[in-house]
Amino acid sequence: MFELPIQQLIFLFVAAVAVFAAFNVILQRNPIYSALALIITMCALAGTFLMLEAQFVATMQVIVYAGAVMVLFVFVIMLLNVRTEEARQDRVKYLKLVAPLLFIALLGEVIFVARSVTTTAPPLATTGNEPAFGTVESIGEAMFSSYLFPFEATSVLILMAMVGSLVLARRRTMSEAETLGKLIEESGKPQLTPAEPVAKLEEKKEEIAA
Amino acid sequence: MPIDQQSIQFFVGILLKIVILFVIGLLSPVGMNWVERRALAFMQMRLGPNRTGPFGLLQSLADGIKFAFKEDVVPLAANKWLYIFAPVVAVVPAFMATIVYPLGPKGVDIPFAASINSFVYSLTGIQLNLSTMDLHVTSFNVGLLYVLAVTSMGVYAIVMAGWASNSKFSLLGGLRSSAQMVSYELSLSLALVGVLIQAGTVDLVKIVEMQQGTYFGFIPKWYVFVFQPLGFFIYLISAIAETNRTPFDLPEAETELVGGFHTEYSSSLKFAMLFMAEYVNMLTVSVLATALFLGGWSGPFVSQFPLLAPVYFLLKVTLFMFLYIWLRGTLPRLRYDQLMNFGWKFLLPVALLNIFISATIALFAY
Repeated sequence: MFELPIQQLIFLFVAAVAVFAAFNVILQRNPIYSALALIITMCALAGTFLMLEAQFVATMQVIVYAGAVMVLFVFVIMLLNVRTEEARQDRVKYLKLVAPLLFIALLGEVIFVARSVTTTAPPLATTGNEPAFGTVESIGEAMFSSYLFPFEATSVLILMAMVGSLVLARRRTMSEAETLGKLIEESGKPQLTPAEPVAKLEEKKEEIAA
Repeated sequence: MPIDQQSIQFFVGILLKIVILFVIGLLSPVGMNWVERRALAFMQMRLGPNRTGPFGLLQSLADGIKFAFKEDVVPLAANKWLYIFAPVVAVVPAFMATIVYPLGPKGVDIPFAASINSFVYSLTGIQLNLSTMDLHVTSFNVGLLYVLAVTSMGVYAIVMAGWASNSKFSLLGGLRSSAQMVSYELSLSLALVGVLIQAGTVDLVKIVEMQQGTYFGFIPKWYVFVFQPLGFFIYLISAIAETNRTPFDLPEAETELVGGFHTEYSSSLKFAMLFMAEYVNMLTVSVLATALFLGGWSGPFVSQFPLLAPVYFLLKVTLFMFLYIWLRGTLPRLRYDQLMNFGWKFLLPVALLNIFISATIALFAY
């Protein structure tokens, strides 16, 4: 009988896929390829969450990021039909100098955080009565008891973003045909020759012009 | 992981069940396709395919052979790799969802277990100790969410197929489809929340177990009768939209878009894979409807004869599959703006109302 380090092998595979796909996101010239690579990264990250026994977070990672957010990305890219990233002149030259500095700062940050990480596993649920770690029950309990305020605050923030985008999208001026249609509706009876509403429309136009 | 006899038996059992579900998934498009063509033909006063085999039963098989042997054409202007990859992306998630189908309860006695054990022993010299089995591959804590996660990957297949074909019809079909699926996924998930509130679990097997038994001796405790009739109809409508079937089959509206996202896929195995994914997704949606609203495997005499469970389950699933065909023979296709208005302005608010009602009932009833 021999021991197979299956968990480590799966982790290495998933992590390699995540890193490879993440590099692809920035290296591909075609935006569709970048978006698809990002989807693969999200799915691989879900795999790492699964290896950490966080099943709920793993499924949410796939549903929300890979399933919902990325669909919108791909949708927009397809709708605008962006073929390849246009080769454009670098207008801001000094960014090239700032980028390495920022990269070094980020790298230092990552190393600083990575040094403080301990590799011992956190204590898992033991008492039997409480829901197991990573399940829907445990996350739900934590979210609606200890983290209730951040949870509600986040949902209000999302609601604000939604309402804001709706307001921005709906702000538009009525076209001439729509105004005419509204005037016909207001006049009561739909007529075959809308002479009266047309006259009104002309009046309105003059008003606007004046 | 130490490898001993018990774990081998466990893995072989799981593998066998996965293979059985895979075969069900492979065969369901074949059978469903035959029923669809025949039933639809009868609804339209035609005969349908009746030449290949008795009652035309072998027609789908003949089509399958045709798919395999036809010349495989990749359009010159297409994006070759994505064009080839899209059918794979369609099929793999569709089949991944099959592993949580709750066909039956836990711990069912295997018939003739002792004789199987002795037969295997006399044949290979391996002593098995088969006694009971679970009539589902796995039952895990996030079962329902897993199905939602996996099926949400199917959108990309349609998007990729539509974009990679490099044709206007395909692109429009792909765009329509992704917009439609994202819109109706919302009301579909919200319809499920009502059931989750009532059941208090996300595990499909446990949700079915909650629906066993009857009220007053004759009303089954199925969620479609108890507090969730509204949720059931919301689920049903959005599920049909989610699988792109009539009257919501705008992504492949023949009169406007030729064939939609699969216009450029000649009748090769790639088209067969897209086709199969569509049918397996319909199967998954029907399985969810059965498990969440129609009491899953529950039915008369199941507690005495647990092997009846998969029979009842598959019968109920078949009912839903037939509903799909029935609707296709009955209803005309919606207009695109009607579809979007219906999804966002009617179905979504009603689904939210359903959650509100379910939560109120849960507050006072439990």
